[in-house]
Amino acid sequence: MSAGLALHRDLEAFVRRDDAGRGQLDLLVSGARCAGCISKIEKAVRDLPGVEAARLNLTTGKLAVELAGQDTAPQRVLETVEGLGYRACLFDPGEAAAAQDREGRELALALGVAGFGAGNVMMFTVPAWAGLFGQELNASTLTVMYWLAAIVATPCALFAGGPFFRSAWASLKRGRANMDVPISIGVILTLIVSFSETILGGRHAYFDAAVTLLFLLLIGRYLDHRLRAGARSAARDLLALQTPVAIRLVDGVERGVPVAEVKVGDRLVVAPGDRIPVDGDVEIGCSEIDNALITGETALAAVGPGVRLSAGALNLTGRLVMTATARSEDSTLAAIARLMEAGAQTRSAYVRLADKAAALYVPLVHTAAALTFFGGWALGLGPREALLRAAAVLIVTCPCALGLAVPAVQVAASSRLFRGGVLVKSGAALERLAEVDHVVFDKTGVLTQGRPALIGAPAHLVRLAAPLARASRHPLARALAAEAGLGLVAEACVETPGQGVEGLIDGRRARLGRAAFVGVDDADARETELWFGFEGDVKIRFVFADSLRPDAAGTVAALRRLGLSVEILSGDLPSPVAEVAEAVGVTAWRAALTPFDKVATIEALTVQARKVLMVGDGLNDAAALAKAHASMAPGAAVDAAQNAADLVFTGEDLRAVVEAIETAREARRRALENFGFSALYNLVATPAAMAGLINPFVAALAMSGSSIVVLLNAARPRLGRRPR
Amino acid sequence: MNILLFLAPASIGLGALGLLAFFWTMRSGQYDDPKGDAERILYDHLEDRPPPDPAGKTDAALK
Repeated sequence: MSAGLALHRDLEAFVRRDDAGRGQLDLLVSGARCAGCISKIEKAVRDLPGVEAARLNLTTGKLAVELAGQDTAPQRVLETVEGLGYRACLFDPGEAAAAQDREGRELALALGVAGFGAGNVMMFTVPAWAGLFGQELNASTLTVMYWLAAIVATPCALFAGGPFFRSAWASLKRGRANMDVPISIGVILTLIVSFSETILGGRHAYFDAAVTLLFLLLIGRYLDHRLRAGARSAARDLLALQTPVAIRLVDGVERGVPVAEVKVGDRLVVAPGDRIPVDGDVEIGCSEIDNALITGETALAAVGPGVRLSAGALNLTGRLVMTATARSEDSTLAAIARLMEAGAQTRSAYVRLADKAAALYVPLVHTAAALTFFGGWALGLGPREALLRAAAVLIVTCPCALGLAVPAVQVAASSRLFRGGVLVKSGAALERLAEVDHVVFDKTGVLTQGRPALIGAPAHLVRLAAPLARASRHPLARALAAEAGLGLVAEACVETPGQGVEGLIDGRRARLGRAAFVGVDDADARETELWFGFEGDVKIRFVFADSLRPDAAGTVAALRRLGLSVEILSGDLPSPVAEVAEAVGVTAWRAALTPFDKVATIEALTVQARKVLMVGDGLNDAAALAKAHASMAPGAAVDAAQNAADLVFTGEDLRAVVEAIETAREARRRALENFGFSALYNLVATPAAMAGLINPFVAALAMSGSSIVVLLNAARPRLGRRPR
Repeated sequence: MNILLFLAPASIGLGALGLLAFFWTMRSGQYDDPKGDAERILYDHLEDRPPPDPAGKTDAALK
């Protein structure tokens, strides 16, 4: 980045000022791991003039900086952190992240209160149960016990029920009934009936049931929230990838401007190592561009004047001056971000298993309760007894088992997958993954390792060229250096952007780079090779290729055995894609696709009622990942792809895809088993409640019993293990 | 039975004390950065109390 002073005002937009002019600035820092990192970053930032405080949150990667006045440029803070070797970018803490934080905190508080209530109300209801079995407890003591239970249970139930009441109300307003409607009605009706019974001196009050029900349900709800909290907002991190500052060249002076302010026709400077800010054409300079994130192409592209650049690509070796041909909002990267948003929206319309069950369950239970009340009354029970039985129906059928059935299974499945190196971002993702019948692979970085590796070079030749390779930051040279291991570095090295590196090895002048640079006249020179030679000596050729993941073919075969069809969609050129397709045994493949083509292909498959699993790692896959029915990304993928994906596998093994699908299917089976059990339990319990056979003790026993059975079924150890 | 009048409030009071403590830890942001807190105790010069912008304030700002 260039001159700091010119940038002074440009980043002001990121600073939130209060009335006294004190500012608050947020940075997203990646790379910090330990106390040493915290110490280094906080101290360096605090030492800047005008900075009052700096605090790094290691969990979220957020660095909160407080500025005393107007005199500190946000740019200085950014440069300071980057100068320490961490990647940093300014970010605007979105509403969405804060809202999720708040939801989690609300659930945790509700869970705490419900736990307190459920534990303490037992003190009074267990003696009351004893009274039900003719132990020493007269009617007046029973009433005292119930009053004490009411004092503990009512405020707890009302507080802990808050999340359910609000969700039920929101759902009713939209004219639908979700699972929270019967829960809310059940809890409220139970409390009312229990109060009236206590006042009238009746023998049946269900204060403990109301709180315990909420406690059990909140466990399920909280587990589900924790699963989702792992997922970060995709748009936020994609924007973080976009360089927030572009360097505009006006009359020979470089000035930093926010990317959003770049206009068509502006001349921009892109330094080596920076990303291209907006789409544009090269005006001056030569360099090499890493398009892997945008197109999935493995070969680096040499660029010179007149060549079109895409926003988000990485400029590797030379300084470029470019003319902007699109504004930031019209650039490729922004278009991908919009596609991702659209994909995420269609996906949120997915109806989850639990909601499907609720759609069946809600009308059934309410009809049964209403029937009990009116039927009982008509048959001469009297309104009080009829209402009591209707409440008993609502309590024993209350969907503890149903509310726990899915989250418990999903937590068991995700933690098993987690131990296998697969991160699951949401429970819904597992449900969708269980349904897939077609798998689409990206090539680069998924079926292949995603980085060039040297092929077939004798060790002594590698050792010869290594000192020069170590001096270069070029990816091919680095692959060569990695092959050679540690060693000497050549002296007096000069790197020519887009050409190669020249230096002295043992006093002899040598060159490493393109054929023409080294002095070889090769008509069919390719981007995936390097030439090396001492001055006036024989020239040696090194060839690089992106090698296949060792288990790629096995994974494809295993997926076929699971009854899935497999396809490859790649942005790379046809010949390397065909090679990989043949090696892994896939006949359906398409090459040279833009990110938009990939989305269109996924959409076409969706129209044919196929449930597609997309596995991809690049920025070019991000939109397709968001659009597909389910998606996975390797841990080495770009942030945007990891965010768009439902699951991220961290290991080197592609087999994780197979394991994830098997686990998801097993989890689905397990969830359905739990639903089956709940249905069976309700078939027995509902008639019993209608007949008035349920007392508070039986209700408590049945409720916790069914929940425990469901939990045990979820935790049964076979889950996630490969069948056969 | 009169002992109940003493024991019941006492035990509920103790439970409520625990609940209040939980509320306090939640609201003062003690669960906001578990990874950072684990590292911060290693150095004396690092601030190991929760940041001065407690959750309550953020909540108020959002409402």
